[in-house]
Amino acid sequence: MPGPIQSLTRAAAILRLLAGGERRLGLSDVASSLGLAKGTAHGILRTLQQEGFVEQDAASGKYQLGAELLRLGNSYLDVHELRARALVWTDDLARSSGEAVYLGVLHQQGVLIVHHVFRPDDSRQVLEVGAMHPLHSSALGKVLSAYDPVAHNELTDLKREPLTPRTITELPDLEGVLDLTRARGWASDLEETWDGVASIAAPIHDRRKVPVGAVAITGAVERVCEDGDIRAQLVAAVRDCARSVSRDLGAGRF
Amino acid sequence: MTDAHTTGPFIAAIDQGTTSSRCIVFDKDGRIVAVDQKEHEQIFPKPGWVEHDAAEIWTNVQEVVDGAVTKAGITSADVKAIGITNQRETTLLWDKATGEPVHNALVWQDTRTDALCKELGRNVGQDRFRRETGLPLASYFAGPKIRWLLDNVEGLRERAERGEILFGTMDSWVIWNLTGGPDGGVHVTDVTNASRTLLMNLATLQWDEKILSSMDIPAAVLPEIRSSAEVYGHAVGGLLAGIPVASALGDQQAALFGQTCFAEGEAKSTYGTGTFLLMNTGETPVNSYNGLLTTVGYRIGDQKPVYALEGSIAVTGSLVQWMRDQMGLIKSAAEIETLALSVDDNGGAYFVPAFSGLFAPHWRSDARGVIAGLTRYVTKAHIARAVLEATAWQTREIVDAMTKDSGVELAAVKVDGGMTSNNLLMQTLADFLDAPVVRPMVAETTCLGAAYAAGLAVGFWADTDELRANWRRAAEWTPNMDAAQRDREYKSWLKAVERTMGWIEDEE
Repeated sequence: MPGPIQSLTRAAAILRLLAGGERRLGLSDVASSLGLAKGTAHGILRTLQQEGFVEQDAASGKYQLGAELLRLGNSYLDVHELRARALVWTDDLARSSGEAVYLGVLHQQGVLIVHHVFRPDDSRQVLEVGAMHPLHSSALGKVLSAYDPVAHNELTDLKREPLTPRTITELPDLEGVLDLTRARGWASDLEETWDGVASIAAPIHDRRKVPVGAVAITGAVERVCEDGDIRAQLVAAVRDCARSVSRDLGAGRF
Repeated sequence: MTDAHTTGPFIAAIDQGTTSSRCIVFDKDGRIVAVDQKEHEQIFPKPGWVEHDAAEIWTNVQEVVDGAVTKAGITSADVKAIGITNQRETTLLWDKATGEPVHNALVWQDTRTDALCKELGRNVGQDRFRRETGLPLASYFAGPKIRWLLDNVEGLRERAERGEILFGTMDSWVIWNLTGGPDGGVHVTDVTNASRTLLMNLATLQWDEKILSSMDIPAAVLPEIRSSAEVYGHAVGGLLAGIPVASALGDQQAALFGQTCFAEGEAKSTYGTGTFLLMNTGETPVNSYNGLLTTVGYRIGDQKPVYALEGSIAVTGSLVQWMRDQMGLIKSAAEIETLALSVDDNGGAYFVPAFSGLFAPHWRSDARGVIAGLTRYVTKAHIARAVLEATAWQTREIVDAMTKDSGVELAAVKVDGGMTSNNLLMQTLADFLDAPVVRPMVAETTCLGAAYAAGLAVGFWADTDELRANWRRAAEWTPNMDAAQRDREYKSWLKAVERTMGWIEDEE
C-alpha cells in the first residue's frame, strides 16, 4: 500500500488548524504552526480557497474556513425547498403548454413525484404528489439517469419491465437514449410508459451544477406531437422552465 | 416565458403593500407579463408604533409602474387601465394644497390607539359601532388613527376643519397622486377600503354622521366613497399618462376578487405570515355573533355591493419562521414539511400559537401560547406536525364560525399565498375541513383581483363570467380522513385552546 499523499495530509492539518470557533489566521501563523515553508502553505491555502474550503478576508488577508465545507455536511437539497422554488415556474409552464407538469427526484429505484400542476382545463384530475414513475421509461427517469450517476447506477441494476410495446428495456439501447439526452439536454417518452401518453423532461441543477431533479410535461400524444414528432415549442417551454428553476436555486447561466 | 402572450392589450395593477409596492402587467388571459417591486422603510418610533413615509411610497409607486411597463416592453398605448390594491387601514392625512403628508402614515399594525379605542367604547365596549360598521373598536382601523393624528399633530384639527387637509387610506393617496395631486387629483376611496375605517355605514355605504361626531372627525377630510370598479380619473405623468385609473380594492378583498369568488358561499384563504379568510355572503351584510368581521367584498360600478365575512389568524407562516429562527429546529421554512413527514402523526402534541392572545373566533387577549399533550414519546418531528396542524385547525375554527353566522356550508376553499407550496399542510387542511382545498394557477391573486376589477370597468373583460373562465385549477386536495378521528382530534385541539386562556392575569 502506498503511503499517504503529503500535500493532502498538510491540507487536512491546515483545515484542522482553522477549525474550532471563529478562527482567522494569517499565512505566517499557518506556516509556523505547522512547520511549513511559507510558499508551501500558500500553495495549499490557495488550492483550498479555489475549492471554496477556505476563504480569505479581503481586509486583513487572513484565512478562515469556507462556506463550501459547511455545505459538504448537508449537501442534500430538501425536496420541499425544490417545490417551493419551482412553484411559479411550473404554474407558468402548465399555462403556456396547456399540459400537466410534474417535478420528480430520484428515490430508491424510481422517480418520486414531488410536485404536480394540473392540466389547465376544467377536467377532473387527481393530485399525484407522492406517486412513483419508472426510471427506465419515463422522460423524468431518463433525464435523471442521464445526468445523475446514482440514478444511472440504479437504472443499470434495475429489472426493466416492458410497460408498453414501445418500452426500451435493453441496456445498450437505453445507453444510446441517455447519450442523446445529454447531447440535446432533454428526454422524451413516447408511449413508453403509458399507451397514448407522451412526455418531455429537462434537468434541474443546483448552484454546484449537481442534478437535483427534473421537470416534465405530460399529455396525450396527439397534443404533444405533431406529425409524429415532438413539438419543438413544447421542448423549448420545458427547458425554459428547468433553467428558471435552476437559476432560482443559484445555478449560473448555461 | 414563451412569447405567446406578449401581444396586448394589457392591464397594469399596482399593489401598495405593507412592506413593498409592486406593479404587475397582466394580459387578457390573466397571465403575468412583467413585475416590478420596491420595498419601503418600516419606521418604528416606539414599541407598538409602526409608520410609513407616504412620500417614499408615492415615489416607489411611480418607479415600479414605469419599471413594469419598461420590463414588459410596451407603451401606454398597450395598457387599457390601471388597477389598485393596497394594505388596508393604513392611515394618512395630507395637505390638499401642497400634497405634503402632515405626518407619517400610521400603519394598520400600529397599536397606539388601543387606549383611545377603549375610551371610544365608553360604557358599551368594543362593539359600540359594530351594528353600523361590522367591526369591533380595535386599533387596526382607520377612524381612531385619524382621531389620534387630529389630536396629536399641532394645529391639524383647525386646518382640517377649514378644509385644508385630506384623509386617505393608501388607495386614496395613490389615486389622488396618480390623477394629478394638488393639480386636480381625485379624492376618492372604494367601498372595501372605506369599510375598514369604522366610519362607513355598511347599509348605506356612506360615511356615518353619528360615528363621525362620536369620534370627532370633520367630514371635510373624508374622500368620496365610490365603487371598486369604475373610472375614477386618468393618470397624469409617468409612462402611463392618460390611462384610466379604474379600480381600488383592499388587498384581502382583491384576493377574493382575483380568486373569482363571485358566488355566495365561495371563500378564499391567503396563507402568509398570518392568514386571512374571506367568504362571499352575497348582497346582504351578515352580522357576526362568532367573532368575525363584516366587510364589503367588492362593488362593481353601479351594481349592488357584495358583502363578505372575514376571519384572520395572527400566527401561521410566522409560526414556521419561529420554529426556524427562535427554536432552530429547521433550517428553512420548507423543511418543516420534511421534518413533519418523518412521523405519521402528532404523537399527541398540540401547539396553540396564541403568541399575542387568541384572535377570531375567541378574541382572548389574556391567552398565551401552549404546547399541550407532551410525553417522553414526543420528538421535534411531532412538534413540526403540530405546527402545521395548528394552521389547519385555526382555519377550521374560522370556517365553523362562518358557517354558523351565514348558514352557508363551505363547498370548497380556494387557497393562495406562500404556504400553499406545503403539500402536507394543504392535505391536512382538506382533512380537517372535510372539504376540497383548491389552488389556482396564478399565485398573484391580489394584483390579479385589482387588474380584473379595472379591466371590468373599462370593458376589457365583459363580465365576471369571463373572469371565471380565466381561473385555472393548479391543484386540488381532497379530504381523506376518518370522520371519527377528525372529531376526536378537533376535540383535543379545542382542549389545548382552553389551556391558553387566562394566562395573563392583569392586563395593565
